[in-house]
Amino acid sequence: MTSPTGDRSPRGNRGLMVPPAEFRSYYGRPIVKEPVWEALDVAGYLFLGGLAGASSALAASAELAGRPELARVAKTAAAGAIGLSMAALVHDLGRPMRFVNMLRVFKPTSPMSVGTWLLTGYAPAAAAAAASALTGWLPRTGRAATVVAAVLGPAVAAYTGALLSDTAVPAWHEAHRELPYLFVSSAASAAGGLGLALVRSEQAGPARNLAVVGAGAELVAKSLLIRRLGPAAEPYQSGQAGHLMEAAEILTAGALSAAALGGRNRAAAAVAGATLVASSALTRFGIFLAGRTSARDPKYTVVPQRDRIRRRDQAAGARPAQ
Amino acid sequence: MSVNTHSGGPFASGPADAEGGLDPAARSGYADHPPRMGFFTDTSVCIGCKACEVACKEWNAVPEDGIELTGMSYDNTEALGASTWRHVAFIEQITRPGAAPARGDEPFNPAAPPAPRWLMSSDVCKHCTEAGCLDVCPTGALMRTEFGTVVVQDDVCNGCGYCVSACPFGVIGRRETDGGAHKCTLCYDRIGDGLTPACAKACPTESIQFGPLDELRERAQLRLGDLQEAGVAEARLYGEDPADGIGGAGAFFLLLDEPEVYGLPPDPVVTTRDLPRMWRHVTIAAAALGTAALLSGLRRRS
Repeated sequence: MTSPTGDRSPRGNRGLMVPPAEFRSYYGRPIVKEPVWEALDVAGYLFLGGLAGASSALAASAELAGRPELARVAKTAAAGAIGLSMAALVHDLGRPMRFVNMLRVFKPTSPMSVGTWLLTGYAPAAAAAAASALTGWLPRTGRAATVVAAVLGPAVAAYTGALLSDTAVPAWHEAHRELPYLFVSSAASAAGGLGLALVRSEQAGPARNLAVVGAGAELVAKSLLIRRLGPAAEPYQSGQAGHLMEAAEILTAGALSAAALGGRNRAAAAVAGATLVASSALTRFGIFLAGRTSARDPKYTVVPQRDRIRRRDQAAGARPAQ
Repeated sequence: MSVNTHSGGPFASGPADAEGGLDPAARSGYADHPPRMGFFTDTSVCIGCKACEVACKEWNAVPEDGIELTGMSYDNTEALGASTWRHVAFIEQITRPGAAPARGDEPFNPAAPPAPRWLMSSDVCKHCTEAGCLDVCPTGALMRTEFGTVVVQDDVCNGCGYCVSACPFGVIGRRETDGGAHKCTLCYDRIGDGLTPACAKACPTESIQFGPLDELRERAQLRLGDLQEAGVAEARLYGEDPADGIGGAGAFFLLLDEPEVYGLPPDPVVTTRDLPRMWRHVTIAAAALGTAALLSGLRRRS
């Protein structure tokens, strides 16, 4: 790791006889811009979108398994969460009235464009599935909508990994291999947790299974992220982001054991489920804030790029010597 | 590649391919287009007068961007952003290792040991060959012009802010007052009429040079050779190499120290180069979630 002081102030540090160690900067000013997104809007969306997407998949599974009560709850949660999500996304635009401009192009090079089209397909399906489940009207349409939402839902939950990673924000970009897995497992944990919290034990089996698998995978994905990123993982482990991530980890681990061992105890299941939902939200806010921190400090931009140059130079130097 | 919905409109620059990397306008569908235009900013002759900043604001009617004293150097502009399209960085290196105190009356000797110095550099949008902002823009507001430059169409931009996070140089910003993203247009309106961009026109030392990119690259190599011959070993070009992480910049620089000293990333790589891998992981992750959800409905036999 580099010292956080680096060469922030030429006046202060450049007089040292030891060459300024591992990183220099322009008076400590950031190189990349901090994301302009509001944490509540975008981290909130990451959480709600994941909850919605995984809930739709769970709803279809519950329906197949003959758990109509769980299916109904999951569909309602999906529709509500995706509705809130879309409101948050539009609210976060600098020019909200121009939301529809998203629909004038389809660009695979822009995860936001892909996501917009996914939501355009997914949200009406999720809404229709919920409406049909709640009213009992148009059961065949409702079933079709349930299937469409279940197919698109996981994509809605997963693409947000690329949405964050496809940026110059160091903590997000460096985590581009891990974020999609972390996001879907966190989404599964939240959707399973919600079902566990709101549905009677006899009906909640699929929710419990999904919650346990999701929470376990979330813990694994998180530790892989930290391990693989090495020094670049620092923003995830320090400051406010670090606190949120740590709290989420403890809550997830606790709720995971409660959900797995709690059996049919209704109260235990409800608390465990609600905790999983909360820790999923904490994870998303933690990841969001870590990105912000990493953009603010030039260290996270300069040091990895310097390492890359060094490795490249070493490789180039090694070749002619052979 | 993106889908183009209107003529001359937005195309993503996409990942690098060997031949196309050099001609972004052609890759964006301009069959018959003028040569790629750009800036060569030779910071070795920049005097930090900030005429470029002023000329840019005047011509482009860019609003005021905050009047405050930073206290860090003679730079009170701080950074590029939505309302700052040229930014003169000002670096005071008063106590460089091995430097003798300046008396101020020595004749200029470029081969002398490192002396206290001021570095000045007028920063600007790089108009990347592989432009992250352009790639990630979900509305097509960011587009490639026939000159190979990158421009925001203000009447299309909905202020999503994705370009702000995608730029590896921290160039583009979202303006609080109108909610839209803004940056240097390389004076699209002027160069279309054969005029020189306002900043280059106003530059009194020709530190900012405007012209066809291939000519500028030649000129820069000559200048670099001259400087190095004169003993300025630390002179280097930044952003001129089409093999770099952004396919080469349309606006490149001659620097006298490491890029990060000027607030520039030392080895920028456009984020979308990794996007195919990201989509692969997204697909696997989505499939895993779907499978896990499906399997969660299986009844246990117990």
